[in-house]
Amino acid sequence: MSAALVGLVILSLAVGSRALAPGDVVSALFSDRRDAVGVIVHELRVPRTLTALLAGACLGVAGVLMQALTRNPLADPGLLGVNAGAAVGVVVAIAFFGVGTASGYVWFAFAGAAAAALLVNSAARPDRRDDTVGLILAGVALGACLSAIVGIITLADDDTFESFRFWAVGSFERRDPDVALQLLPFALAGLLLAAVVARGLDQLQLGTDLARSLGVSPALVTLSAGVAITLLCATATSAAGPLAFIGLIVAHAVRGAVGGSVPVSLPLAAVVGAALTLASDIVGRVIAIPGEVEAGIVAAFLGAPLLLWLILRRSA
Amino acid sequence: MNAFTDIRTRLRSSRRRRVLLVTALTLAVAVLAAVIGLTTGSFQASLGDVASAITGGADGRTTVVVVGMRMPRIIAALLIGAALGLAGAVFQTLARNPLASPDIVGFSAGSATGALIGLTLIAPPASPAVGAWTGGLLTVVVVMAIARSVGISRERTILAGIALSTLLAAVNDYLLTRAPIDIARNAAQWLHGSLAATSANDVVLLLASLGVLSAVLIAVHRDYRALELDDDTARSLGVRTGRVRLILVIVAALLTGTATSVAGPIGFIALAAPQLARRAMGTSGIPVIGSAVTGATVLLVADVIAQRALAPLQIPVGLLTAVVGGAYLFWIVARSRR
Repeated sequence: MSAALVGLVILSLAVGSRALAPGDVVSALFSDRRDAVGVIVHELRVPRTLTALLAGACLGVAGVLMQALTRNPLADPGLLGVNAGAAVGVVVAIAFFGVGTASGYVWFAFAGAAAAALLVNSAARPDRRDDTVGLILAGVALGACLSAIVGIITLADDDTFESFRFWAVGSFERRDPDVALQLLPFALAGLLLAAVVARGLDQLQLGTDLARSLGVSPALVTLSAGVAITLLCATATSAAGPLAFIGLIVAHAVRGAVGGSVPVSLPLAAVVGAALTLASDIVGRVIAIPGEVEAGIVAAFLGAPLLLWLILRRSA
Repeated sequence: MNAFTDIRTRLRSSRRRRVLLVTALTLAVAVLAAVIGLTTGSFQASLGDVASAITGGADGRTTVVVVGMRMPRIIAALLIGAALGLAGAVFQTLARNPLASPDIVGFSAGSATGALIGLTLIAPPASPAVGAWTGGLLTVVVVMAIARSVGISRERTILAGIALSTLLAAVNDYLLTRAPIDIARNAAQWLHGSLAATSANDVVLLLASLGVLSAVLIAVHRDYRALELDDDTARSLGVRTGRVRLILVIVAALLTGTATSVAGPIGFIALAAPQLARRAMGTSGIPVIGSAVTGATVLLVADVIAQRALAPLQIPVGLLTAVVGGAYLFWIVARSRR
C-alpha cells in the first residue's frame, strides 16, 4: 500500500494539463531548478499533492472513527453534514472576519464542524442501534441546508471567493503553496487523539456496560472521539473543501482488509485515505483535459454507487 | 342515526370551511408576493404603472421590465411551484411517506441530468424539456425497481433515492465541466435552481404541460382517492391499482421534469408543500389542489425573497429553498425519532 502511495505521488507530480516525464519530476524535486519544470513541480504540483495527502489521511481516519462511534456502516464525514458545517465555518471566517490563512480559518471550521456534529448526533437516537437510516437522513438534510448557506455566502462575496469556487466542490486546484504546512499541526493533533482513543472505541463496541467494567469511561471515549473527528474533518475541509465519500470508502476498504479493530484500522485508513484522495485528484486532472474535474466529483462517482450498494445489500 | 349523520355533515362542512379559508389566505399571500415582485426591485414601479403596463398604456421601459421580465418570472414561479406541489402530493400519497418526494429520491436530479445531456452531448442540442422528461422517467424506472425490492414507503428506499440523487448530482457537475463555456455559465446557475432566465416561452411550455398533466390527474382522481386507503380496499372497489399507480408515477415524473427543465432542480418544494397544506388544512389525506396552491405560493414568496433580500445580489431560489427545506427535513427526521 505504501509503495502504491509513492507511485501515486510521483504520478501526481507528473500528470496535469502539462504532463512531465517522471525522470524530470524526480530531478526537479531534488534540485532547485527554476525552469518551467521546476516551477510547475515546486509551486503547483507539490503543494497540491501534499494537500490531497493531508486531507485524505484525515478523512480516512475520520471515516473509521465515525463508523465505530455511531456503529453505523453508512457514516461518512460528508454524508453526516460535518464537512458542510466546517465549510460554513471557513466561508464565514473569510467573508465576515477577513481571515485569509488556512491556519486562521481552520478554527472556524472546527467550530462549524463541532456544531454540525452535535446537531446531527442529537437527531438520531443513540440508544437505537438499528437506526442507521435516520442518522444518515438527518445528516443529508443538514448537509443540504449548510451547503446552500455556503453557496449563498460564496455567491455574495464573489471576488473573495473566486479561488474558492472550486474548493466548494472539493478540489485541490489553485491552493496556497503552504496550506498543507499550515494545517499539518491540526492534522497531527487529530490523528494523535484518534490513536489515543482507538482502544477505547474498540472496547465501547462491546457495549457500554462491558466497556465500563473494563475501566473505560464511555462518555470520555465518546467525547474524545468526537473531538478527534471534528478536528480531522475541519482540517480536511479547510484543505480540500467539503469532500464526501472518502471516509465511507476507506472505512469499508479497511474493514474488508483487516477487520473491525479500530487500533489496527487507523494507520491503514490514513494511508488508504491519502492514496484514494490523491488518486481521485489525478483522475480528475486526466479525464477532462484541458479542463479538470474536481476530486470531490470523482470521489462521488466511486462513493455514491458504494453507498447505493450498501443500502440495497442490507435490505436483502 | 340521524344525529350521527348530522354531526358528520356539520364536521364535513366545518372542514370544508377550513380548507377554503386556508386556500384563500394562501392565495392572498401569493397576490401580495406578486405585487411586491412586480413593483419593487432595481426599477421601482407603482401599482398604477404596473396596471397601465399590463393594459399597454405605459412607457417602453416600464413595459419591458414589468410585462417582459417580471410577469413571466412570477407566472413561471407560480406554475413551477404548483407543478412541484402536485408532483409531491401524488408521490407522497402513492408511497404513503412524506419523504418519498420527487426532489428527495432523485427525480429532480435525474431530470437535470437529462436536460444537461440534451444540451451538452447531443448535436444539435435537444430541447431541455425533452431531456428532462426522459431523464426524469428513467430515474423513476430505477427508483421503482429499487422500491420493488425494498418496499416503496421504507426509509431504505428513500435513502437509496438520496444516494442515486448524489450520484446524479456528480454526473451533473461533470457534464457542466464538459459544456461549452457559454452554456456552462448559464447551466451553473440553473443547476442551483433559478428563475432568473425564465421567458414567455417557458410560461407557454409550463401552461401546456401543467394543463395536460392536470387533465390526466382529473381523469383518474376517483381511483387516486381509492389508493389513499390501502391497496386491498382499492382493489375491492374495482380499481386497477397497478395501472393507476403507473399513470400517477409517470405524471409526477413529468411534472417534476417540466419544472426542472425551466428552472433547474429546485429542492424541497415538492417535499414541503403537501405537508404544509395537509397541516394547515387539517385534512387526513394529502390535499391535491391545496398542495398545488401551497407549492405555487411558497416558490413565489421564496423567489421574491431571493431577489430582494440581498439586492443587488440575486440568490438562485434553489439555494434559498435548500437552506429552509434542508432545515425543515432535518427537523422532520429529528422529531420523528424522539
